This record gives sequence, C-alpha cells and structure tokens, in this order.
Amino acid sequence: MGDELLSIDSLHVSVADTEIIKGVSLKISIGEVHAIMGRNGSGKSTLVNAIMGHPAYEITSGTIKFNGVDVEEMEVFERARAGMFLSFQYPASIPGVQVGTFLRKSVSSVRGDSAPSAREFRKELKTHMESLNMDKSFLARYVNDGFSGGEKKRLEILQMLLLNPRLALLDETDSGLDIDALRVVADGINSVAPNAGCLLITHYERLLEHVKPDYVHVMIDGKIVKTGNAGLASELESKGYDWLEV
Amino acid sequence: MSGEEARDAVGDYRYGFHDPENSTIRFDKGLSEQVVRDISELKEEPQWMTDIRVKAYRRFIEMPMPTWGNCGMLNQIDFDSVTYFLRSSKGTENNWDDVPEDIKRTFERLGIPEAEQKWLGGVTAQYESEAVYHSVREDLEEQGVLFLDMDSGLKKFPDIVKKYFCTVVPASDNKFSALNTAVWSGGSFIYVPKGVHVEMPVQAYFRINAKNMGQFERTLIIADEGSSINYVEGCTAPTYSTESLHSAVVELIAMEGAKIRYSTVQNWSANVYNLVTKRGIAYKDATIEWVDGNIGSKLTMKYPSVILKGEGAHAEVISVAYAGKGQHQDAGAKVHHLAPNTTSNILSKSISKNGGRSSYRGMLQVSPKAHGCRSKVVCDALMLDADSQSDTYPTMEVGNPTADLEHEASVSKVSNDQLFYLMSRGHSEEEAMGMIVNGFFEPFTRELPMEYAVELNRLLELEMEGAIG
Repeated sequence: MGDELLSIDSLHVSVADTEIIKGVSLKISIGEVHAIMGRNGSGKSTLVNAIMGHPAYEITSGTIKFNGVDVEEMEVFERARAGMFLSFQYPASIPGVQVGTFLRKSVSSVRGDSAPSAREFRKELKTHMESLNMDKSFLARYVNDGFSGGEKKRLEILQMLLLNPRLALLDETDSGLDIDALRVVADGINSVAPNAGCLLITHYERLLEHVKPDYVHVMIDGKIVKTGNAGLASELESKGYDWLEV
Repeated sequence: MSGEEARDAVGDYRYGFHDPENSTIRFDKGLSEQVVRDISELKEEPQWMTDIRVKAYRRFIEMPMPTWGNCGMLNQIDFDSVTYFLRSSKGTENNWDDVPEDIKRTFERLGIPEAEQKWLGGVTAQYESEAVYHSVREDLEEQGVLFLDMDSGLKKFPDIVKKYFCTVVPASDNKFSALNTAVWSGGSFIYVPKGVHVEMPVQAYFRINAKNMGQFERTLIIADEGSSINYVEGCTAPTYSTESLHSAVVELIAMEGAKIRYSTVQNWSANVYNLVTKRGIAYKDATIEWVDGNIGSKLTMKYPSVILKGEGAHAEVISVAYAGKGQHQDAGAKVHHLAPNTTSNILSKSISKNGGRSSYRGMLQVSPKAHGCRSKVVCDALMLDADSQSDTYPTMEVGNPTADLEHEASVSKVSNDQLFYLMSRGHSEEEAMGMIVNGFFEPFTRELPMEYAVELNRLLELEMEGAIG
C-alpha cells in the first residue's frame, strides 16, 4: 500500500452542539478503497462532510490530516484544489448556471495550471459523458435543477472523473439507482480508484458487488465498531447490525 | 481634477474613469425659466419646442415631490446644485477621426469602435449632454431608417418629432418627466419605416462625466406598421463624491404589427439619482419589450411601462436590480391592458447585498372593455445577507372579469448548502457567490446581446469580490 493520504485521529464532530462523531480514527492510502457501512443516523455522512469542511459540522477534538496537513487550516475550496472530492448525497441545485459552464469553471479551479485547454476539455468531457451514458443535452441544463435522483448521481460521478481527485469521498452515491445506473456509477469509481484513496458511504451491500473494497468499517452511534475485509459486507447483509451493538 | 487623479480616486475599476471636464459651454448651477429659454435658444429650436419646455418648467415648479417611494432620499436632491446644460464638443460628429482625442479615449476604453464593427447597426454615444459621435450603417440608411441624436432629429425632422413628442409621456406625468421635458438634451431619435426589420441591435452609450452634471436625455422611437427594431443602451459612470441627477424620458410607439425591444444595462456610480420615465404604446398586434438592468446608483426609480392600446398587443418587461451598500433600487413595471385579447409578461429579479434595498413596484391594469386579457407576473428576490432588504408593492386593478392573471413572488437567500457545494468544487466563497448571482440573473442575461451579457456577468463577479465600493 502507498503513502498515507488521509489520517483521521480520535475525531469528534458536533452539529448544533450535538455530538455525532464520537472518536473515529481512520487511515487511507492511495489505491485503497474503504467502505463505511451503518444504519441511517449512525454518523457516516457527518464524517465525510466534516472531512470536506461543511461549516455546520464542528470538529470539537481530534484531527483530520490530508497529505500530512491539518484540514482545519484549509478552506473548503483549498481542500478541493488539494485533491479532495465529495460526491454529495443530496447535491444542491444552482438555478441559472449551466452544467457545461460549471464543469469548465470547476476543472479550471481545481486543476489550476494543469487544467486542460478548451479543446482537450471538450474531448475529456465527451469521453466521460459517453462512459456514463449521459446525453450532451445535459450540458445546457442548470446544475441539478429539476434533475432526477439518478441524474444527480451521474453528474456527481462525471465531476469526479473530470476533477480527478486524490481522495474521493462518496456519500451514498448508490442510493436510489437502478441496477444499470449502479453499474455505470461503479465503473466510474473503479476508474478513479487505482490512483486515489476512496471512501464509500453506503448502507447496502449492492454497490460493493461492483466496487471491491479493501476495508469495510461498521459505524454505529458515531464510532467505528468493527473493521474487516469485503467479506464483512456480505456478513452484514445477512446478519444485520444488531450483533455488533454493545 | 486630472484624468489620472480621477482614475486614482476610482481605483482599478475598469469602467470608473473619466476625462478631464472639457466643456466649451456650461451653464451656472440651478434652474430658472431663463435657463430653459437659453437652452432652447442655444440649440436654435423652433418656437413650439421652446413653448413646450417653458410650460413643462412651470409644471415642474408647481408639482410636489412624489410622496411615495424613498422620500428620505428623494428629498435630499438639491435642484439648485445641478448644472442643467453643458456642451462638450462643437456639434455632432459622425466620423470617428473627427471626435476630439480625450473624448475618444473615453469611448475607446468603453470599446465602442470595435463593438461597432462586430455588432452594431449604429452608434450614438452621449458625452455630457449631447451626442458627439454618431453613425448609422449604410444598410440602415438605405432602408430609410432614421437614427439620430434627439437634437439632430428635431432639427432635421421637426414634423415627426412634433407629432409624437410628449404623446406617450406627457410633461405633467410626474415631476421628473416635467423636469426632463423642460431641460432635455441628447438621447436618440429613431424612426423605422413600414415593414422594415432592423436585424442587428442598434446601440447607444450614455455617460455622466462631470460633477453635478444632470443628464436629461430624451429618446423617441417610432416603429411604423409591421416594422421591428432592437435598441440597446448601456450606461457606466465614474465615481464622484457629489450627487448627480439623471432623469431621462423614453417614449416608444409601436404601430400596428410592429415590434420594439428596448434593452438597457445601467451601472451608475453610487451617488447618482436615476429617476427615469419609460413608456411605450403598442397598437394592434404590436409588441413592446423592455429589458432593463439596474446596477449601481444611489436611488433608482424606474418602472418601464406599456400601454396595450390595440387588440392583440403584447408587452414583455424583464428587469433585474442589484442593490449594494447604501443603494435603493425601486424598480418594477406597469402594464395597462386597454384593449381585448392583449397579453403581458413581467419578470422581475432583484438582489440585495451589504444592507442594500430592492423594491418591486408593479401596476397591472385591465380596463372594463378589455376582454380575454392574459398576464403573468413573476418577481423573485435574492438576499445575500441579513442586513439587506427586499419589498414588493404589487397593484392590480382588474375591471374585466374575463382576465386571466397569474402572480408569483419569492424571496430567497443563498443557502449554505449551495455555497458549500460550489466551494467543494474549488471555487472561493466570492466566486461561488458570483456564480449563484449570475445564475439568478440568467433569465435576464440571456436576453441581452452577448457583449452586454459578458459585461454584466463580469460586473456582478466584481461586486461579489467586493472590488467595487
């Protein structure tokens, strides 16, 4: 395994003065796929939002280091430019801003000096959109405005492919997808995974049939209570979470 | 103040520059009947125009200030400290080479010559009170389209001006239309003959460029039967510490089956009072469209209106307003459905930031005789912080029960989730705000010629970066 990309140590996170994450430690290196499973409300989404820096999530103690730098010293956009990416469970809509313009601007911001030329960008865009079965009419629509659940997820994956992150955080990217869409999304994740660290949040095993995790963590009440390999996911599918509760 | 000093005072804001005041004729501050007569005499106007001016001046003196709107700001206007006429170059030019150098520099920084080649059907650029540069593309001339500055229009086509002047906006309509009628100078005069379609946008720039200089331009556009024209006007102004008064009147006349679109983007500096009366009359099956963008100024009061006088006529009013610190944008629309089966759409979008205030003031009237009218009004306000203010004053007077009217209004705030989403894609908070704001105005921006759309987006991005005071 490669060098340590993300290092979380004894993390506690509160939302509106209520503690949600109650002491989580986790290390992710390039090339590793980690899955965090757990019931709704166990703190999975809070963890990835805190890593990305959502202002509503307050780190009360512990640290998150990305490439050795404490992320609390970085603005959200600086985290993005440093190579962190969050695929949102519920991406916000931005009325009036066309998908094409948004993607171009985001690629310029995140990739900076190494951003592709307009022509290269169009080529990359075309390739990725074809791989995700997205029609080019998407580009003229407003970002997530009136999108179906599946369309939103595809747009998240398209952004991930274009932004080419070092750390990909995927928050329930599989929920609400039919089996074909799930396969398309999984292919997207698999194409990024070899050169990045991936952290998948899910509460179904379904996605993990298509994306093979190196580690599966079980989260209950703001803590990681068990870590195992891909086999743990199938075990959870048949046995549920009750046997892990204290 | 030298040009350089002025630029220093303004900072590197692209459009906030001005030329040294270079006026050959300038009246003392303040207004009297004699000043009004002098203006008319200096311009060698026919007696009937002098009479209209003098009568309007008397109305202006008699009429009280409006008792609605932002009276506190309105009452700060000191009419005695305004200069009512100033001529900055000798006569009107229509050859770019003949335009005085410093004036040309100003226009070059505004990009007029290049813009002309690419986009324009003709250019009238107003410097101080009169047009100094004016050209009409040959194809327009060949089609018989008249496009002149208003002073030249009066000289060359007095009969047309006499027939229509003050017929849409009477001098006594309001205190500021009376003032404009008394002291007007510059503006555009356009006549489009029957059946002629002016395909390219026709464009004019206006600027206020002297301290305490009021601009009182007067525009009259007549589209004869079955013709069409797309007129575009843009304003930017240097930043000055003393108050400036801008009070224009625009009259549009769309004859049977004609179509007029009048697009404006204004970016007055934060000390300007922008009190404008814009109105059009649409006859049978005619269409009038106002596309109106208001950024800057201290106080803007502007309600583009359309009188739907003939059966089947249509009105479209799309407006945006951006109110920053210390600014009040009091804008909206008025539509009067006087004839059957007339239709109208009003879309108003406003943004308030840093304690700014935006008001939507609308009037929709359906007369008892007007059967089968349809109207849709949508007004959306976006507040960028808790200090800012947005209010709406919609009025509907419906005298015919067959009218089909819709009204939608919304007030929203930029959500943390939107900002977080955009920032997670590498955009700084200011950039994210700029994208949200440009997106909010997009239904307006897409109606503009491309160069205006680009300029407007850039201006809003600068506003979000706090680069503008």
